[in-house]
Amino acid sequence: MENSIFDKKSRLSDKVLYSLIQLCTLFSVVLLVVIIGYICYRGIPDFSFSYLINTPSIINDTIGILPNIINTLYMIVLTLLIACPIGIGGAIYLNEYATNKKFVSVISFTTEVLAGIPSIIYGLFGMLFFGGVLKLSYSILTGALTLAIMILPIISRNTQVALEAVPKSYREAALGIGATKWYMIRTVLLPSAIPGILTGIILSMGRIIAESAALLFTAGSAHILPVGLFDHLFMSGGTLTIELYLCMSEGNFQEAFVIAFILIIIVLALNFTAKWISKKFDVNKVV
Amino acid sequence: MRRQFDEELDKLNTDLTKMGHLVEVSIENMIDAFKNQDKELAKEIMTNDRLINDMERTIESRSFNLILRQQPIASDLRNVTSALKIVTDLERIGDQAADIAEIIVSFEEKHAYRTVEHIPTMAKKTKIMVHEAIEAFIKKDLSTAQMVIKMDDEIDELFQEVKQEVVEIIKENSERIDFCMDFLMIAKYLERVGDHAVNICEWLEFNQTGIVNEQRLI
Amino acid sequence: MSIKIQAKDLNLYYGEKHALKNVNLDIEENKITAFIGPSGCGKSTFLKTLNRMNDYVKNIKITGNVSLDEEDIYDSRVDTTILRKKVGMVFQQPNPFPMSIYDNVAYGPRIHGIKNKKQLDEIVEKSLKAAALYDEVADRLHTSALGLSGGQQQRLCIARCLAVEPDVILLDEPTSALDPISTLKIEELLMELKEKYTIAIVTHNMQQASRIADYTAFFLVGEMVEYGKTKDLFSLPKDKRTEDYITGRFG
Repeated sequence: MENSIFDKKSRLSDKVLYSLIQLCTLFSVVLLVVIIGYICYRGIPDFSFSYLINTPSIINDTIGILPNIINTLYMIVLTLLIACPIGIGGAIYLNEYATNKKFVSVISFTTEVLAGIPSIIYGLFGMLFFGGVLKLSYSILTGALTLAIMILPIISRNTQVALEAVPKSYREAALGIGATKWYMIRTVLLPSAIPGILTGIILSMGRIIAESAALLFTAGSAHILPVGLFDHLFMSGGTLTIELYLCMSEGNFQEAFVIAFILIIIVLALNFTAKWISKKFDVNKVV
Repeated sequence: MRRQFDEELDKLNTDLTKMGHLVEVSIENMIDAFKNQDKELAKEIMTNDRLINDMERTIESRSFNLILRQQPIASDLRNVTSALKIVTDLERIGDQAADIAEIIVSFEEKHAYRTVEHIPTMAKKTKIMVHEAIEAFIKKDLSTAQMVIKMDDEIDELFQEVKQEVVEIIKENSERIDFCMDFLMIAKYLERVGDHAVNICEWLEFNQTGIVNEQRLI
Repeated sequence: MSIKIQAKDLNLYYGEKHALKNVNLDIEENKITAFIGPSGCGKSTFLKTLNRMNDYVKNIKITGNVSLDEEDIYDSRVDTTILRKKVGMVFQQPNPFPMSIYDNVAYGPRIHGIKNKKQLDEIVEKSLKAAALYDEVADRLHTSALGLSGGQQQRLCIARCLAVEPDVILLDEPTSALDPISTLKIEELLMELKEKYTIAIVTHNMQQASRIADYTAFFLVGEMVEYGKTKDLFSLPKDKRTEDYITGRFG
């Protein structure tokens, strides 16, 4: 038979490309494994539970990073508290209420630009404005405000994308039964958009933890335990990442690797949580 | 957009025209055969009637398939359904002509054509009615149709006169009862042809207005 | 034989485009009125003027009058929430919310303030029964509506619409995305529903209009060309454009 379907051709170019792609993937995975592996290798030996819950004190001759952990928590919560309402609210307005197309595109463009500004510049701005003009000096609040501006684009963008992904038909259906616009947003759009919004929040949390440049001159690097829950906001406080930076600059690599190890655990935990939450709250899945 | 549909409708029309033509020819031949006592022609009419019957089936089949496949509505529906109705009448006209031809074949009487005075008139008028009815249907000419319908009254009157005539002839000469019966039959057949021509005109009215005899059908 | 909705000299402009031209149409109570016409002729646009869904489109200008029970629906005093409770809409693509079947149907009543669980239960059951869906979903009311088939989803959308007890139900090509059997089920449903509701349906499917509609209006390029009893329009259309469209000479 001339034109038989049985003649299997060996398509060399396809096979070569396939192998190359496999190689790339392998490379990424190997890279990740190597980094995590090395940090664990250097960090685990010196890791101890007491390190987690101790405060560094010359008097008691202890080292520990409890204050830094608490500061990191403060930073995350505070930053999100500031940025989320603004980011989510703004995104809802832009997507659902704004009618001037030009206005919306200007805002979108601004947001994109904000996302690309180097974090040290945020640090500079934060230090001079929040720290100086608003006289907050070195404090967790200064740091949180600075970081809030930084993560605003992430929250806003993710919320916008999540809202845009909600099919137009849901909106029409709700309005067609007599729902007001806000009722429709509240009961149909937002629930549908939650996975996307949560993704934005988790990404932001990752960013907050990762930040060092912006925090160095805004939140400072102190490692004292909070005396008053609310007063601590106005005190200088270094996060885990800042402490890591300081350890490295002092040449204290032993401690540095332990902190790095803890940070890796936190990042991995965050990522898994993000995935789990996304799946759990996805209203669009069927079963 | 509906090329297939329009082609089918055209074929239907062509077939109808052809059948109408065959029927007209049958009537003409029937009158000629009657006039000239041409028994060969009469036999031909009877044979050709088979063609007319075949055409009825062809047109019916075409119409049914059109309805099945195209689900016609509006004017298309009226065209197809009225075609279905008039093929019956056309076929019956063909049958009447063949029946008259059958009688002609068995005629012994000389000058039979002129024996009963009113029959030639009836024959001529009937021929006109059939021709005009078919023309009117093909051209969708309602006014001609109205005229044909009116002519039927004349045919009916003529039939009554023929009846009278025949009764007289029988009274005069009871020997002639035999072919007087034939003449009566011929006159009756001609009167039926007139009725069928009227039917065709009534279905033309339906085709244009959806109404038959003042009754709205669709 | 009363008029439920009346459009008088209705004109609609999308910016420069004159989308509806001097439409005059009476929709009779407890009857099914169908709107047919080629794509872009304005039938869906017209449908949407009947419950002011066009309000959400930018750059729209409307002149003329649409009244429901002799009340002008474009009057500034009109509460569109109440209007859309009275005049419900079902769309072409079934669009159940990503919630349970129960919550979908209860959505409407909840908007209008009904919170009592027992009341909601009753309304949900009643509406699902009216939409001929209850038997199929009674045992899984709290599962996601997205798990239903296309035909079931569309009936759910109808149930959702019925739950607020409208007077009028507007349907925009409700069966064009469904298979023939679901389509027939919904047509049967509409024939039952017209006893209690007034129904207006936009359809591309002329056989559908001839099967279920009491009245049909033919739209062409924004104009309402012909309107009458479906039987008459399909057997003896008065306007040649109507005849040409319904026999498929264009469209």
